[in-house]
Amino acid sequence: MTAAKKLALATLAAALAIAILLSAAALILLPAASGGTGGAHDPIAALVLVGMVAFAIAFVTLRELHAQFVRAPLQLADEARVIVGDSARRARPVGSAELRTVVAALNALAERREALERDVAAEIQRSQSALEADRNRLAALVSELRQSVVVCNLDGRIILYNQRAREELSGGLGGEPIGLGRSLYAVFERSLIAYALERVVRDLERAETASAEFVTATRDGRLLRGHLAPVASQETGGEGGAGVTGFVLLFDDITASFETEGRRDALIQTLTEGSRGPLGNIRAAAEMLATYPDMGGQERERFLAVIRSEAEGLSARVEQSAREYARELTVRWPLEAMRGADLLSVAVARVAGRTGVPVKIEEVDECVWLKVDSFSFLQVLCYLTRRLNDEYGVGEVRLALSGDADNACLDLVFQGTAMSTETVMNWELEPMHHAGEDSPLSVREVMQRCNGEVWYQRQRASYRAAFRFLLPRVPPREAQGGTIMTGERGSRPEFYDFDLFRWSERSHALDDRPLAELAFTVFDTETTGLDPSAGDEIIQIGATRIVNRRLLKQEVFDQLVDPRRSLPEASVKIHGITPEMLWGQPDIATVLPAFRAFCADTVLVAHNAAFDMRFLQLKEAATGVVFDLPVLDTLLLSAALHPNQESHRLEAIAERLGVDIIGRHTALGDAIVTGEVFLKMLPLLADKGIRTLREAREAAKKSYYARISY
Amino acid sequence: MNQKILIADDEQNIVISVEFLMKREGYVVSVAGDGEEALARIRADKPDLVLLDVMMPKKSGFDVCQEVRADPALAGVRILMLTAKGRDIEVTKGLALGADAYMTKPFSTKALVEKVRELLAQQ
Repeated sequence: MTAAKKLALATLAAALAIAILLSAAALILLPAASGGTGGAHDPIAALVLVGMVAFAIAFVTLRELHAQFVRAPLQLADEARVIVGDSARRARPVGSAELRTVVAALNALAERREALERDVAAEIQRSQSALEADRNRLAALVSELRQSVVVCNLDGRIILYNQRAREELSGGLGGEPIGLGRSLYAVFERSLIAYALERVVRDLERAETASAEFVTATRDGRLLRGHLAPVASQETGGEGGAGVTGFVLLFDDITASFETEGRRDALIQTLTEGSRGPLGNIRAAAEMLATYPDMGGQERERFLAVIRSEAEGLSARVEQSAREYARELTVRWPLEAMRGADLLSVAVARVAGRTGVPVKIEEVDECVWLKVDSFSFLQVLCYLTRRLNDEYGVGEVRLALSGDADNACLDLVFQGTAMSTETVMNWELEPMHHAGEDSPLSVREVMQRCNGEVWYQRQRASYRAAFRFLLPRVPPREAQGGTIMTGERGSRPEFYDFDLFRWSERSHALDDRPLAELAFTVFDTETTGLDPSAGDEIIQIGATRIVNRRLLKQEVFDQLVDPRRSLPEASVKIHGITPEMLWGQPDIATVLPAFRAFCADTVLVAHNAAFDMRFLQLKEAATGVVFDLPVLDTLLLSAALHPNQESHRLEAIAERLGVDIIGRHTALGDAIVTGEVFLKMLPLLADKGIRTLREAREAAKKSYYARISY
Repeated sequence: MNQKILIADDEQNIVISVEFLMKREGYVVSVAGDGEEALARIRADKPDLVLLDVMMPKKSGFDVCQEVRADPALAGVRILMLTAKGRDIEVTKGLALGADAYMTKPFSTKALVEKVRELLAQQ
C-alpha cells in the first residue's frame, strides 16, 4: 500500500467513525426532542453508552498508534545509540513498515561503518608493522656498525645504542652506564654535549648541514672522538629550536691511534730535529777543509775526527729510528678472524694475478677459522711464490689447509729441487722487496705479528716441498664478528626505544608521571640472614631495568659481594651461594656505589622492598651511598590489587598473574620475576585508577595499613 | 781594532769549525760552553757579536738573549742565534726576544760569514 493510499484510508476511517458517532447521537436525541414515547432519562443513558463505546474504540486505536509511532522510534533511538558505540551491533526491526525501512537503512549504515573501521584498523596495523620492521632493520643495522652509536633525546636520555657503544663505555663492575632511558651525561660531560648541540642548532638555523666534532677523555682516561648530528622532527618549530628532537652521537676510541700517532710523531721529530745538529757539524767541518786547504795537519785531523764521529752518530740514530718504526708497524697490526677457505680462495686469485704463476687448491678443511692479517699474509705468499718462480723455476704452486685443536696449518706446496736451509733463512729474514712486492717487513716478522710460525719442509720421495704456515685458530663463533645479541633469536632487540623521544622531564614532577612512562630498577638481594642490625650482610645484588613497559634483560646488574663474615649453613641452603663463591669478590663498599649508579634516575621496585631497603640504608653511614630513590613494593601493590587473597609471596603472585618462574633464589632471577610481575600489575592497577607514581605509593601505603590493622 | 765575537755553544764539534772560521776571518774569538758562562763573558768582554746556540745547559739561548736585551749597558751587542730547531715558530720567538738574526743548522759556513759581516757592518 502506498503512503497516499494509507492517508486516504485513514481519513476515510476517521470520517466514518465521526459519521457513526454523529448518527448514533442523532438517533438517540431525535425521538426525545419530538416528545416521543420514551422516558426523558432514556436518551441520556443511551448517549453515555455510545460515548463510552466511542472512548473505548478511540483508546484501542490510539494505543496501537502510540506503540507504532512513539514507542517504536524511541526504541530505535536506543538501538542507534548502541550502534554508535559498537558498529558490530544491529537494530531489530520494530514499528510500522515505514519505521522498518528506517531500521534497514540504519543497519546498512552500521554495516558500512563497520567495514570502514575494519579497513582503518587493518591499515593502522599494516603501517605499524611496517614501522616496526623499519625500526628493527635500523636497530639491526646500527648494531652491526663497527663504530659506536648512541641516539638520545634532548634531555640526553638514551633511545638507541649499539653493542659497540656499550662495550666502549662499559663501566666495569656489575653495572653499565649505557642503557635505554639512561642519561648520557653519566658518561659524557653535559656541558660538552650542550655546546656541541648549540653549535649544531646554530648551523641548522643557517640552513647549513649541521654536525659537530669533539674529542673528550672518559673517566678512565681513554680518548674518544665524537661526532654529533641532530635528529630533526617532522613537525617544525619544536621546543629545541629548529625542530631538533634529539641527536645521534657516533664515537670511536682513539686512545690507541692517538698514542701510535704520538709515538710516530716523536719518531719523526727526533729524526729531523736530531739530525740537524750533527749535519750542521759535518757540513761546517767539511767546508772548513774545503775552504782552507792551507791548514796544518793537526787541524785537518781534528776536522776529519768531527766528520767521522758525527757521521757514525747519525748512522746509529737512523738505524734506531728504523727499528722503532718497524716495531710501530707491528703494534698497529690489525688481525682479523676469517674462514680459512675464504683466505685460500682470495689467495688463489691474488697470487696468480700478481705473480703469473698458476695456483691450485688441494685439500681444504672447511671448518677452520684463523686469525691473520690477511693483507700482509697474502704479500708473503706472493713474495715466496715469485722467488720460487724466479730462482727455482717453480711453475705451479698449490695451497692446502688443515687444522688441529689450536692451529690452522696452511701449506704453500711446490715441486722442485731442494733448497738449502741458508737460502730459506735468507728468504724469511730479508725485507720483502722482490719484483713488485714492496714491504719493509720480512716473512718472519709478518708471522710474528700473526703469532704464527713458518718453516720449509720437503718430502724426498715425492719431490714435493712446502712452506708450512701455522696460524692461531679461532672458534667460528668468535669469527662471526662484533655483534653479540644476547636475546633469543628473533626476539625484538632491546637496544632501542623510540618512544623515549616523547619523554620530557621538564613537564612532570616524578610523582605525577604515569607509571608507564617511568624507568624502574627492579632488584633483589641475597643476604647471610634476616637481621641486618644483628650483623647480617648482603652477599648478592641482582637487578634489571624496566623502561617504557619493557623488561630489559640485557641491562642487568649481577654481583656477588664478599660479606667479610661467615656464611650460616642455613642460608646457603636458601640461596645456594657457598663461601668459595665469595672469595675474591668485592666488598659492599665497592659494590654499592656501582649499584647506586646503576639505579640512577629510576624508581626502585622490589618484592618486600622494606627488607632490602633496610640492608641498603644501614650501609649509608659507612659507605656514604644514599638510596634516596622512590620505592615501590610488589608485595604491597599485590595487597592493594587483591586484598582478599591469602598469600602475597612472590611465587603466589607470579602464579596468579601467569608469570613463569625460572632461576628463583638468585638475586637476578628473583629480580626478573619481580619485574615481570610488576609489568603484569601495571594494567590491573590502571583499571583501579592507579596510574601515577603518587597513586601507586598511596595505594601501597593504604594496603600496608590495612594489613597491619588486622 | 779587530772586532770581538763570542761563540756560545756546548757542542764541541761545531765550536771547532766556527772558531777556526771566525779566527781565519780576522775576528777576536772567545768561547762559552753554557748559558751562564755566555752571559758572564758578554758582561765582561762586551763582544760586538754573539753566535748564540739555543739549546745549552744552565741557561737557554732564549734566556741569554732576553737578559742581554734587558741590560742597557749591553745595547751594542749583536746577537745571531744558531739552532737545530727548524720550526718557524722558534725563529719568530728568537727574533721577538731581540735576536738580530737567526740561522738554522745545518747552515753553510759561507752564509754564516756573510751574515756576521753584515751584522757587524750595521754599527
